[in-house]
Amino acid sequence: MPLKVNIPTPLRRYTEGNGEIEVSGNSVGSALDALLQQYPSLKKQLYTDDGRLRSFVNVYLNDEDIRYLEKANTAVKAGDTIAIVPSIAGGTQNL
Amino acid sequence: MASVSMMRSTSHGTTPLARVGNTPLLRFESLTQQRPHIEILGKAEWANPGGSVKDRAAFNIIETALRSGALGPGKVLLDATSGNTGIAYAMVGAARGIPITLCVPANVSLERKRILEAYGANVIWTDPLEGSDGAIRKAIEIYTANPARYFYADQYSNNANWLAHYHGTAEEIWSQTEGAVTHFVAGLGTSGTFVGTTRRLKELNPDVQAISFQPDSAFHGLEGLKHMPTAIVPKIYDPSLADATLEVGTEAAYDMVKRIARSEGVMIGISSGAALVASVMVAEQISAKQLPSATIVTVLPDSADKYLSENFWNA
Repeated sequence: MPLKVNIPTPLRRYTEGNGEIEVSGNSVGSALDALLQQYPSLKKQLYTDDGRLRSFVNVYLNDEDIRYLEKANTAVKAGDTIAIVPSIAGGTQNL
Repeated sequence: MASVSMMRSTSHGTTPLARVGNTPLLRFESLTQQRPHIEILGKAEWANPGGSVKDRAAFNIIETALRSGALGPGKVLLDATSGNTGIAYAMVGAARGIPITLCVPANVSLERKRILEAYGANVIWTDPLEGSDGAIRKAIEIYTANPARYFYADQYSNNANWLAHYHGTAEEIWSQTEGAVTHFVAGLGTSGTFVGTTRRLKELNPDVQAISFQPDSAFHGLEGLKHMPTAIVPKIYDPSLADATLEVGTEAAYDMVKRIARSEGVMIGISSGAALVASVMVAEQISAKQLPSATIVTVLPDSADKYLSENFWNA
């Protein structure tokens, strides 16, 4: 499935300046894996050494926090948008 | 006339705004158990009426602008903030009857949103993907479109920000340690705390070592702090003041917040956790150099109250 990932400004230095990246995948997890294949240096920014999403990294699928969906297993469909948002002060309820 | 004669000659209690500053200095003994010749002290800035260190800057920015006439009847105070400064402006504005408009990234915590609304501030939410720099750009855009309507407080460029710490925080630290402070440690956000406190402490004792710290990468969870190499650098920032600069990781700050809650019974915020991580690094360096006794003082910007819904408590 083709979908978009929105990259926040502090991370664009790891994506050659791109703020919006096209990837494909069937779940949020596989879409993020595809993103990390394109830009491997993003991995250390997003995940801890033991592979968990860092606490202050929020991932949204069409404005819904995936922590409240099915996390990395959340299914995606063509045209969806994933956003990676740093938690300045924690889980925002709506964007 | 009767009402005048019945007015009180003395008043009890204190006005809320008179409680800005003069915060307690806490000693964290659990952090220096192996090094009894070193003490780590932190200014408990959550004791300010708006709950954070930002009350100092916001109060002084507003008072200075009222005195100069930059802020007066018909003018709206405008600024960009990622949270605590907004709460401080909103608190002072409510107490003084000054309308406040704030540009705030939409990903601040729900607690912060509710506090800003409770004080009656007008909030313009900005793109969370652009963080505090996006909020700054929006504030400039609003001001430029209508400069007569707004007093653009611009905490990143306003000298009243660092002067609040020059006259307040530094003098308090000097008197609370009876001049014994040897090291001052502070994080860089607007840089007002570090710049103002350091300038005054070095006048009082040029041997005081000033250590600034910042997040260890551009992408971080240290509320209110900036990674200077990749952010819009504040005009009031003076990098020549620091004797040393440290980098603190977000996870280390989270661990410190939990450690202090469980070992000292104090609920500190995330940037406060980072300040204590940096202070311990300084203590380790002092020990390694086998220096004599040292008094390390840092500023703890806020408490854990606004971060209780964060994910790291469960990690």
